[in-house]
This record gives sequence, C-alpha cells and structure tokens, in this order.
Amino acid sequence: MPEAMQSPAEATYWLIPGHFLFLIIHTLGMACFAFIVVQRLRPLLRAQSDLRWDRPWLRLGRVFQFWLGQWKHPRYPGAGLMHILVFAGFLILATRAFSLILGFQEHALFSGTIGRVYDAVRDYATTIVFVCMIVAAVRRLLFKPARYAVPAKYGKAHTGDAVFLLGLIALLMAGDSLFEGSKVAFEVQRGGTSESLAWLSLPWLVANVLSYASPAALQSLHLGGYLLHDLTFFFLLCYRPFGIQFHVETSLFSVFFAKLDKGTIKPVRWGLSDEQLDKVQSFGVKTFEDFTWKHMLDFYSCADCGRCSDNCPANAVGRPLSPRFLSVKARDYCFEHYPVVGKANNGTPLVGTIYSEDEIWSCTTCGACEEECPLLVEYIDKIVDLRRGMVDDGKVPQSLQKPLRALESRGNPYGKMEKKKAEWIKAETFRKTCEVKVLDGEAQADTLYFVDSVTSYDDRMQAIGRATARILDRIGENFGILGSAEKDSGHEVRRFGEETLFRALRDHNTEEIRASGVKRIVTSDPHAYNSLKHDYDGIAPVEHISQVIAREVAGGKLKLSEITDRKSVFTYHDPCYLGRHNGVYEDPRTVLDAIPGLKRVEMNRSRDRSFCCGGGGLMTFYEPQEEQRMGVKRVEMAAAAGANVIVTACPFCLMNVEDAIKVSGMEGKMAALDLAELVERQMG
Amino acid sequence: MEILVCIRRVPDTSENEIQLNAAGNDIERDDLVYSINEWDNYAVEEAIQIVGRVGGNVTVVTVGGEEDEEVLRRQMAMGANHGVLLADDSFAGSDAHGIATILKAHVAKGHYDLILTGVQAEDGGAQVGGMLAAMLDYPFASLVNSIQVLDGGKLKITREIEGGNKEINEIDLPCVLSIQTGINEPRYVGMRGIRQVASVPIPAYGVSDLALAPELVGTAAARLTRVDYFVPPAGKGARMLEGSRKEVVEQLVELVRTKGGLR
Repeated sequence: MPEAMQSPAEATYWLIPGHFLFLIIHTLGMACFAFIVVQRLRPLLRAQSDLRWDRPWLRLGRVFQFWLGQWKHPRYPGAGLMHILVFAGFLILATRAFSLILGFQEHALFSGTIGRVYDAVRDYATTIVFVCMIVAAVRRLLFKPARYAVPAKYGKAHTGDAVFLLGLIALLMAGDSLFEGSKVAFEVQRGGTSESLAWLSLPWLVANVLSYASPAALQSLHLGGYLLHDLTFFFLLCYRPFGIQFHVETSLFSVFFAKLDKGTIKPVRWGLSDEQLDKVQSFGVKTFEDFTWKHMLDFYSCADCGRCSDNCPANAVGRPLSPRFLSVKARDYCFEHYPVVGKANNGTPLVGTIYSEDEIWSCTTCGACEEECPLLVEYIDKIVDLRRGMVDDGKVPQSLQKPLRALESRGNPYGKMEKKKAEWIKAETFRKTCEVKVLDGEAQADTLYFVDSVTSYDDRMQAIGRATARILDRIGENFGILGSAEKDSGHEVRRFGEETLFRALRDHNTEEIRASGVKRIVTSDPHAYNSLKHDYDGIAPVEHISQVIAREVAGGKLKLSEITDRKSVFTYHDPCYLGRHNGVYEDPRTVLDAIPGLKRVEMNRSRDRSFCCGGGGLMTFYEPQEEQRMGVKRVEMAAAAGANVIVTACPFCLMNVEDAIKVSGMEGKMAALDLAELVERQMG
Repeated sequence: MEILVCIRRVPDTSENEIQLNAAGNDIERDDLVYSINEWDNYAVEEAIQIVGRVGGNVTVVTVGGEEDEEVLRRQMAMGANHGVLLADDSFAGSDAHGIATILKAHVAKGHYDLILTGVQAEDGGAQVGGMLAAMLDYPFASLVNSIQVLDGGKLKITREIEGGNKEINEIDLPCVLSIQTGINEPRYVGMRGIRQVASVPIPAYGVSDLALAPELVGTAAARLTRVDYFVPPAGKGARMLEGSRKEVVEQLVELVRTKGGLR
C-alpha cells in the first residue's frame, strides 16, 4: 500500500509533471481572463463620462448593504434565499479556490481550531451550493417561473444557458468533493478517520461512497478531481464575461458606482457648464457610445433575473417595454459590436434597430424596476437619455407634440391661458369661505402653495386645490399662490427628454419663487414635489401636503371627525413620486388612521411595491399600445384587497383611477378621492 | 430639387380662446399665441422628406412682418435650408390675390421646381395656392396627401377626395401643390433646435427687391373686404339619451340608422 496520496503537484498527468501542467493552466487561464476583461472594458473607454467617485464612504456602505448583505434579494424569498446561500458559498469557497490555485499542493489555509471550523464551513458551503444548483436547475426546467420566460420577439429562451451555468457550478462543487473525498477515503483505508470532513456534507458522502475503492482508483480520482475543478474553474472564469454571469465580477462595481440620489435625473452631460452644453452637437443617447460607462457596466451586470420586468407596470399591461430586455438587448449589441476577438464596429443608432420608439415612450418612470433590481441597475436615466436623443432628432409622437408646444407657448400642457391659472380660487362657494392670496408682488406670504398645471386647470382636480387651500387656511398657514406667474413645474418635460424646454420652465419658476420671498413651499402634486425638491436649485424647502397634515394631526392642530359611512373600506394607493421616489409612505397612512372609525386595508402591492396608476404629466397625453390600462389593474387590486374607496395623494393618480373605475364598469362599486379632499371633509 | 414652401403665422386655435373684441369687428388679439399654420407644417415636413430622398433644398417663405420671422426660424430648425421674409409696408391689408401676387414676384426671381402651400390657413380661405399657380401658369393640385418623385420632371400625387377615397394623378414640374394634413407625421421641433437657428440670417425683400408695382398689393388692391365678424348663435345643445347603457346604445344605433349613417 502506498504511503501517502500523491498531490496533484507531485503527480504526472499523461507524462506532464503536475506542477508544470497546472502552472500552464493557471497562467493561461488568468491571461485569457485578463484579455477578455480588457476587451470588455473597450466600449467603456469610448463611453460618455459619469461622475461616480463622490461620497465614497456612503458608496462603500451600500456595497456592504446591497452587495455583501444581498439586501434586495429576499424580496423574492425562494430565489432570494438560494442566491444568498450560493453567494455566501462563493465567498467562502473563493478563499479555498485561491489557496488551491496558488498552492496547488494540499496547503491548509488556516491551522488549528480555526482551520477545522473553516474546513467544516467550507464542506457545508460546497454541499449547499451543490444542492442549490440542483434545485435551481429543477426550478428552471420544471417549474419555469414566469419572470424567466422570453417572449418570442426577444428570441430563444435562456433556459439552456442557465442550466449549463448551473451545471458548471455543480461540476465545480463535484470536482472539489471528489478531490477531498478520495483523499479521505484513502486515509481511512490506511487507518485514519473521516472526521476531517463535515458530517453529511458532499465530500463526506463521496468519501463514504468511495470507501471500498482501490487505492489506485482513489489516487486517480483525487488527481482527476483536482484537474476537473481546475479546468471547470478556469473555463467558468473565462466564460462568465460572455453572458449574464459576468455579474459575478461586475456586481461589486455596479453597486459601488450605483446612483445615490433617488428622484433626480442625470444631466445631459456630466461636468459641463451651461455654456459648454449649448455647444454640444447632439443631446441624448442615439448610438451605444452615447451611454455613460456606468450604464454600459449596468448592461454587463444585469443577471437576467427578470424581477424588474415582473414589477414593471408597462410590461404588465402589455406595452412593448420590458426593462430586463432593455439591458439584455444592449448587452447583446455590445458583445456583437465589441467582440472579444475581432474589430469593434460602432455608431449604429439604437432606436429603430434594437429599440423601438414606442418601447422607450412607454415608460412612466415609476421606478419599480430600479427598486427591485438586486444589482442596482439604473433604468430611468437610460430611458430619459434615449428620449433626449429622439427629441433631438424630432422623433416625438404627435400626441406629445401638442402638449409640448402648449407648454412652450402657454406654460401648461393644456394650452390654457395664463390669466386663467388662478380661476379655481374664484369658485362661488369656495371664495366665500376661503380667500387665497395671489403673490403678485403686492401680497406677501411665508408659504407658497405650488399648485402646478393639472390642479389649476382640470375641472375635477381643482377640488384638490380648494381642499388643500382650506386645510392650509385651517391650520393658520400664511400662504399664497403664484397664479399666472406659475408655469408647469416641468417634471415630465424633463423626463420625456425635452431638456431645453424644462430648463426654460424651471428658470422661470425659480425666478418667480425667489421673487415672492416665501420661506417654504407646499404642494399637493407629487410630481411638482419631486421636481421642486430634486430638479430645482436654490429655492425654499418643499413639502407635500400629506406631510403637513400628518404633522398638524399629530400636533393636535387639525382634528378629524369620525367617519359616518360605515360601509366604506378604504385603501391607500402610494403615488410613485411620493412613495418610491421620495420615501413618503407613512405620513398619508398616519393621517388616514387618525380618522376615527376609518377602516383601512392594504393592497398586496403597496409602499415600494406600489403599482403605477398610469403616469402623470405628459404621460396622460401619450397614446400607448397596451392591452389594458394600468389604472384598471390598480382598481382591480383595490377590489381584491376588499376596498371600495381608493384614497390617493396625487392628482394624476386620482385622474387615472377615476377613469379606470368608469372604464371597468365599477362606478357605484368603487370610489376614489384625494387625501386632501378626505381631510377637508373630516375636518368640518 | 428646389422646393419653396409658402407658410403663414396664425393664432393657434388650440392654445387660444378665440373671442370677439369689444368693437365686434375682429377677434380679440391681445393675449394670442401664434404658431405655424398646421397645414403648412405638414407641407414643410413633406418638402424636407422629399429633399432627403432626392437631394436639393427647402426654402420657406412668408409674407408678413418682423413678428413672422419666428415661424420661418422654427421651420428652419425643423430642417428647411433657407428662410425668406417678404415684408413691406405696402403689403399690409393684402387679400389672398395680393398675397399670391407677392409670392409670385418672389418665385419669378428664383428657380423652384416645386411650390407647396397648405390647403388653407386657419384664418384663411384656401385660395393662395390655386391663385399662385394660375399667376405662374403652373399646373396645380389641391388636397395632396401623397407625393412620389418620378423620373423626367414629373410627380405622382394622390389627392384626398370624398368618402376617404384617393385620386391618383401625374403632374409636371414645376407645379404648385396644396398639402392636406395627415400626409405625414411632422417631426418635433424642440426648443434647442430653435435656439440653434436663432442667429441664422433671414433676408427680407420689399417691393423694390421684388420689382413689384405697389398698386397691385395692399388694402387698396384688395378685392375682398371683410364686412362682418360674429359668433354664430348657439343652438339647442346636445340631445341627451336616457336609460341604461344597453338602452342608450340601442337608441343611438337606431338614430344613426334612420339618419342614414349606416351602410
């Protein structure tokens, strides 16, 4: 019986000395990987700049939260758990892999107790990863979760590639277990124990299965296991950059460099002054190279998990948009035009080839995709950039051209006259009980109520304006409105790519707000709220009316009477720009819960999983191709939750929901109202 | 191909509330916003698309004053290569015949293969295109909603006629066509594009540049004068159908059928 098992380094593989063979494999493997990565970096070097080095400690913290901590993964519990286990296993085993590669003898990484604990953890990690691979493969092949499906227009299913990768990782675990198990089996035959292997782990099982194999066979399996692991490891390393698995390497960077400021939109070009911007030839993204390097990195990092599209309201109603495929198609384009081997060819327009115009206009910028993505891939900025490119080329749907022209000439998308902007304050019954100041230079106030277009001009939404004014009046707020001096906040104008028009609106409003001398701003429109807070600079701080009401209710200044209607069951619909983009979830709920006797239920999709009503601003003019309205889906969700009254805090949500109630024939069965309207009613 | 598109700056009907002024002889013009006449916008887009296919230049021209330059610039931002303003004090008060005379004088100075106008202006009478063609002795087709360039100096055009039908014609160049809405989808003209052409020179030509006899244009030469301006009296209003949705639909179908709306 041989004394000890030969290590792979000592052995000879088909006449090649082991240490030499593995030196070659490791060197070639690393060189190949390095070459591939350099090739993958090529397009990023031609990309637009992106300033992502600010606030490095915050970024590092987010790496701990989202990358190491896998923060977003549990949102899908099953897949999330599996991924957390595999990721943890990957980190634990990476240390071992490196030790094996660098040492390729049998070097104990740690010694003593730590060594034994590490070995056990390592063995279980191998086992758990192996089991997860089997479970994941079965899930892919048999249970086929809906979000993995590939609609025909996007090509073939990705199942084959997915299962191939799962198989390779399983092979990696198997190779390692074979390497370990055969050695221990050998030692057991020589009188040793198998205690070094964790009980019921995969290597332990292998050792037990192999306990009756011949020493020669064990030696072969030992050397073979190492070779299998080695080759699989380096194959995977070099294969990953060719597909979605590249996220293994790029995820750390995409998380570190991820966008920090929710609710903002990237500038047309980072680091350019306004004068320099005037000289820029072309706005927006038209070719692949117009993307910033971070957006290209995002395309590499997309893991094809489908969580974004699974939550995308546009996708849910059959619009031609699926965020997942925005990334997948761009990545495929990049791989095709910047091949690892071969010449790069670039410069073809993206819209009209990989993307359709409708696909890009379909997005309501609700942010559900970004909220869901475990890799913090950004979508809204990319869509806005693509829209900027289309606007620059004049490719705007006719349905949007009219409101844009109206915004340019009248400062509102309806084309209504400026002098009629404050007409809503003159309504007969209203003006008798509430006088609203117009801050036209003579009148002064501490607080500005920024009304914005829809609440000022739409007959139905003017009720929100009046309710808000009454509430501000009741709490003793010294407030006024800008009246005809107020133009549209421009929130959607920017997000639909008309950056120049947006700036004109913003600059006008900024001047008017500053001239009014107000110390704070309140609005009942979350789009205006988001814009004033994030798109505007150097103006007074801004709050949404729901925040004001919540504070005054808590402080006792606003007393809400009991609900008399016992049959109403209320549910709160989180507006995208109040909730997801600005984190205001609790204040509106606090207000509702402060109304005695109010029965409230939560929809399944609430808070940061709220389902977009259909969009606001310019989106209400766009004529999409869809199977159903988003609002109708939302009304159905409310009914399913057992509600018959939908309360929301956004005029556009109210508009879309009320329309949806009519369109789906639920008039009389479902009602909708704004939080301000409800509070006005209950404050007496 | 050298294309001339005759355009007009008009009060925008969707962004204004058109009301009679106090005197009752014109609309209230104080708070009006203006834009390019909708038909003309389609015409310019068509010209740009034709030139994109066969090469050449698009010139936009308007008869007016300094305030009309903005529509010329907007169409140049859209893609027209040149803009021309025909301005003179003596042009004021010209009727359609006068405007056609002025335009003819400009056409005579240049060399244009194709002249486009809109079918009508929002505040006009659909006359200038036909009159211009007659003055130039060029062939003319109205309500054109499709243009195809053929070899040998001809165009194949489609005219919109009743019932949504189309009439297909061949017409020799040079000719005048009046363009119907819906011929294409005009591209968007953004604020940025307009800013970029803000300082492009636009030549202005008066009576002497155009070698035009002043007595042929202006108020004095106008053969049509406006006699009255009024808002039509309001009618009875809509008839509201009563009943359940099903009943209302049945009533509606019956009404449409009896009035001959169903084939």
